[in-house]
Amino acid sequence: MDATDTPLGAFLRPTPLLLAAGAVFLLVGSLTSTIFAQQTVAGLAQGAIFASLALALVLIYRATGVINFAQGEMAMGTTYIAYQLTLWGLSYWLAFFCSLGIAFVLGALIQATVIRPVQHKSVIAVVIVTIGLFILIDGLVAWKWGGDIKFMDAPFGNAVYHGGGVAFARQDIGTLAVTVVSVLVLWAFFRFTKAGLGLRAGAVRPAAARLVGVRVDALLAVGWGLAAMLGAISGLMTEPSQFLQPTMMQPILLYAFAAAVLGGLESPAGSVVGGLALGVFLNLIGQYVGFATSELRLPIAFAVLLGVLLLKPHGLFGRKEVRRV
Amino acid sequence: MRAALAARAGTLAIVAVILALLPFQLSNYHQGLAARVGVYFIAILGLNVLTGYTGQISIGHGAFMAIGGYTTAIMSADHHTNLIATLPLAFAITFACSLLVGLPALRFSGVYLALATFALAVSVPQLPLKFSKFTGGSNGIRTVDAPGNLWLYGVTWACGALLFAGAWLLLRGRIGRAFRAVRDSEIAATSSGVELPVYKTLAFGVSAAYAGVAGSLFVLATNGFAQPNEFGILLSLKILIGAAVAGLGSLWGVLVGAVFIGMLPEISSSVPLVGSSHGQDVVFGLLVILVMLLLPTGVAGMLGRLVRGRART
Repeated sequence: MDATDTPLGAFLRPTPLLLAAGAVFLLVGSLTSTIFAQQTVAGLAQGAIFASLALALVLIYRATGVINFAQGEMAMGTTYIAYQLTLWGLSYWLAFFCSLGIAFVLGALIQATVIRPVQHKSVIAVVIVTIGLFILIDGLVAWKWGGDIKFMDAPFGNAVYHGGGVAFARQDIGTLAVTVVSVLVLWAFFRFTKAGLGLRAGAVRPAAARLVGVRVDALLAVGWGLAAMLGAISGLMTEPSQFLQPTMMQPILLYAFAAAVLGGLESPAGSVVGGLALGVFLNLIGQYVGFATSELRLPIAFAVLLGVLLLKPHGLFGRKEVRRV
Repeated sequence: MRAALAARAGTLAIVAVILALLPFQLSNYHQGLAARVGVYFIAILGLNVLTGYTGQISIGHGAFMAIGGYTTAIMSADHHTNLIATLPLAFAITFACSLLVGLPALRFSGVYLALATFALAVSVPQLPLKFSKFTGGSNGIRTVDAPGNLWLYGVTWACGALLFAGAWLLLRGRIGRAFRAVRDSEIAATSSGVELPVYKTLAFGVSAAYAGVAGSLFVLATNGFAQPNEFGILLSLKILIGAAVAGLGSLWGVLVGAVFIGMLPEISSSVPLVGSSHGQDVVFGLLVILVMLLLPTGVAGMLGRLVRGRART
């Protein structure tokens, strides 16, 4: 089913045009209204969080064709680990980088122990295992740390910058910067390193990649580790606004799903653009549409997901999938 | 073949007699518990029609239970509808709602339905908070009268029997064959003349409608209260876990899955780990992962192998 099959989809076809129009709209709006500008920047920062979790999902989807439903809970779990490290006296940023390393190891371990044995059975089997991980991690965290809200130090402080009459929270700028840097590092990994290229080869043609000496299984574990690291970044960046609680990443996972589908499930660049666009969209609609109160944020993201499936099923950057019999 | 059929009918009769006599042996409290097992039985039965027979995954059956449950609560509280009359209504309304999700999501591979239903499960509990005038907000809404446990047991298991028979009739013939063809290979099914959108949507609709009835009974079993936090994402996950532990594609396993999901929370809190609700989540999670790794056909598949193995010797 191609986008051109639906009349409205055909209308939306030129993606770059759409994105340029969106950017111009945001720029003009920001120049005319300071509230608009403030909401846009805050939206970009939230969108950056959605983007990093969406990128983690897309990484795994491209490599194995399944969605890791436990991605959000893994992120929540590693954020609790960072919290525990700060309790033990580590500084915030030391704990941040340590927990990224721990996330990588845990992600790779999960792939090697529980995902690999069911990977070739069926999509259902893998999805159900990730659901099992979801509820397992949820239970373990609530058991160890309890269900009440915990707090960590603010990573970027509470300072606010002023420029052109607009107040920018340092927190928002910092979140955006961390996400941009992590996406760039990831891009460089897939573009310039042997492991990254091997991972891409293994995703496209596992059998052929194996024949030329790529250790596909080991690299899949690396892929899961990288996804877990990205997830950990999204969890740590969520903490300042949502605080630590076992359910903190469940809404973020929904936003990440909507962002990944909006960008095209197959497209890493799409998931980043989709995340940023969704973040800004949710903030602006919350500001200017009276009906869209905070209770409706999740249902609106869900409606975006369904709307994309109806109008442009392969997302902004996705391509039509071709299947062999 | 005839012997196998007779054996099956015999087992069915025995299970039916046990279920019919059971409430007279149980205390009032345990009648309520057995009724709750019946609620999970219906929900898992519905999910099994979809996941076990058509190979599509729904992580949103808790949301459909919410829709059914709120239908019953609102109809009773605002319109004084007879409680039993709300059950078919819940069936119909949930069926219609499922089409809203199913029609966009079922056109693609199963992953998209899983994504969309997960999003449904997370976002539906938000809606009663927004439309609190109709739904009572976070306090919930209550049916006019809450039925007793014996009534609940009778109605739940009567519905369970009716829906079980319905599922069996649906799956044994032409439609069931089409469902299984979709599960085994969508491409082969299409080339044999199975219209994928029709059969996938039908399976999803029926499956969701079963969950809707289960949701109605779920509300009646919680003193007639429908509250948003009763229908969170964990409910959806538990139903999927029940279906997986029981064995996908087996109607008999559903009973095992329902007992597992319904009884685990009843284990005394004096038992270490399993007694607390977080500990139960750990057990649910560990067990479903182990089942998928070690017994991919679930408990039903394992029992089936044991029975067949003994018959051969």
